[in-house]
Amino acid sequence: MLSPKTWRPAWLNGLRGRHWVIGLPYAWLLLFFLAPFAVVVNFSLSQMGLVRPDSLLRQIDGAWQLTLRSSNFSNLLGDGLYFNAYLASLRMAAFTTLGCLLLGYPFAYFMARAKPARQGVLLMLVMAPFWTSFLLRVYAWKLLLGEGGWLAALMDGVGLDYVLLWLGLIEAPGKYMHTPFSLMLGLLYSYLPFMILPLYAGLAKMDLRLLEAAHDLGATPWQAFWRITVPLSRGAIAAGSMLVFIPCIGEYVIPELLGGPRTLMIGKVLWEEFFNNNDWPMACAVAVVLLLLIVLPLSWFNRVQDREARA
Amino acid sequence: MKNPLLTSHTLMQGLSGQLARCWLGAGYLFLYLPIVALVLFSFNSSAVPTLWQGFTLRWYSKLFGDGEMVAALGLSLKLAFLAATSSVLLALLAAYALVKYPRFRGRALFAGMVNAPLVMPEVIVGLALLLLLVGMQGALGFPSRGLGTLLIGHSLLGMAYATVVIQARLRELPPALEEAALDLGARPQQVFRLVTLPMILQALGSAWLLTFSLSLDDVVVSAFLSGPGSTTLPLVIFSRARLGVDPSVNAMATLIILVVVAFITAASLWAVRAERRRAREMFAAWNEPSSKT
Repeated sequence: MLSPKTWRPAWLNGLRGRHWVIGLPYAWLLLFFLAPFAVVVNFSLSQMGLVRPDSLLRQIDGAWQLTLRSSNFSNLLGDGLYFNAYLASLRMAAFTTLGCLLLGYPFAYFMARAKPARQGVLLMLVMAPFWTSFLLRVYAWKLLLGEGGWLAALMDGVGLDYVLLWLGLIEAPGKYMHTPFSLMLGLLYSYLPFMILPLYAGLAKMDLRLLEAAHDLGATPWQAFWRITVPLSRGAIAAGSMLVFIPCIGEYVIPELLGGPRTLMIGKVLWEEFFNNNDWPMACAVAVVLLLLIVLPLSWFNRVQDREARA
Repeated sequence: MKNPLLTSHTLMQGLSGQLARCWLGAGYLFLYLPIVALVLFSFNSSAVPTLWQGFTLRWYSKLFGDGEMVAALGLSLKLAFLAATSSVLLALLAAYALVKYPRFRGRALFAGMVNAPLVMPEVIVGLALLLLLVGMQGALGFPSRGLGTLLIGHSLLGMAYATVVIQARLRELPPALEEAALDLGARPQQVFRLVTLPMILQALGSAWLLTFSLSLDDVVVSAFLSGPGSTTLPLVIFSRARLGVDPSVNAMATLIILVVVAFITAASLWAVRAERRRAREMFAAWNEPSSKT
């Protein structure tokens, strides 16, 4: 039915369509996602006070020269403030990831093993807070933890404040806001759904016949859980952990609203260099080191994500 | 025939059932406690937001008289509408490319760039994009900071989330339907328009809603990209929340939550209905040839 004549334009159209489908988002991402990082690196090596930074590559007497001014980075490494902020951010992110995993894994597990008819509702209830403003939900903790807040009153009532005091998470009994405790709680709260969702997706599609086989071979449920369920959900654990850990390192809004003087995180340092000190090159240097910190977990995340998507 | 796993561990099951209920209950309480607090305290007549003193609608009337908030809300809604639309369009192309073309030059870089904004700290994305746009403005004369730059930033973030949603839906489509259409002589564009698109419409809708609410919520990237006169709602709320608690913020939050709940309910009702209709049509299509013969 298709003569070669009518076939060829269709084939050409298909080829052109394919080029558009790949090319358009590719060009968009190259221009607005990748190119900006080159600008940041370039900026980070320039001095403050130059409105337009000169390029790293300069043509002098017909030869290209690479000029590096690394004073921002020597400042960065020499000043304990920055070093401590990086360290504190990494520590906070690690604790948040661990906390989300401990709270989220059983949660996702029970969700995935609930009655199939009920799972849709349970999933919807985890996702619904995503649609209500994250900013407002973080702000709400100020109401709950502030002086006279419900949660503050409850914790005072059961004497939890002395435990937190003993752990060093708060400084004075009954004062919860702007402490490592309030920051930790805010981070856990905000990132918990990002842990639950990939874990649930992984656990829900697990083949339950494997557990029956394990039981037939004499495994207790506990053994079957540790030797079958957990290893099979490794990909989901990795994806969830990266979804929490990486953005957590550079978090700004939560430390600003719930954190205090003792909890300086690097996202806040970057923000203040940029908006308060107007030192754009320094902000860029902070960003470059932050990028170097996350490049390894990021490439791991991309591998996991692509493998999960192909599976 | 009974499942041996279920019968021999009835006691364990009962115990873990209790644990499951408690854990899930506590988890949902944790997730929803702040939202409940926001709504309740928007009706609190005390200006000290943690003390309950009685019911009032004062904060709502104050909110509507608040020119800064109302203007910011208008701008944010417009921005969210545009950003959601453009990110879904971009994400549709990206997801289609990733799912349908398993091999092309630079695919790994492409997949990486699509996924990276999901986890990239927003301070870096905002700073980097701003510097690029400032550079562009210096060289080309546009774009100046404002709605346009905000739109670029929000579309970039939204695209990553929308791609995840659309990609998941595209992958679970049975390839047989598209192949059948190709076999019956449909051109690739026709296959896309008549077969693929109707089947992923629901995913496009939920991706749109997700990116809309992400845009309506963004503080960090907006702070970098907004210019004078283009202050979005989250920026206003954030600057007030930094100073302390403000009951009209609660009132605004309650209104947003109300709209979101209405939207989600409508969307899920629509999804259920569309699913039923599709099932009915599939059923009819199956039965048609046999009824004719």
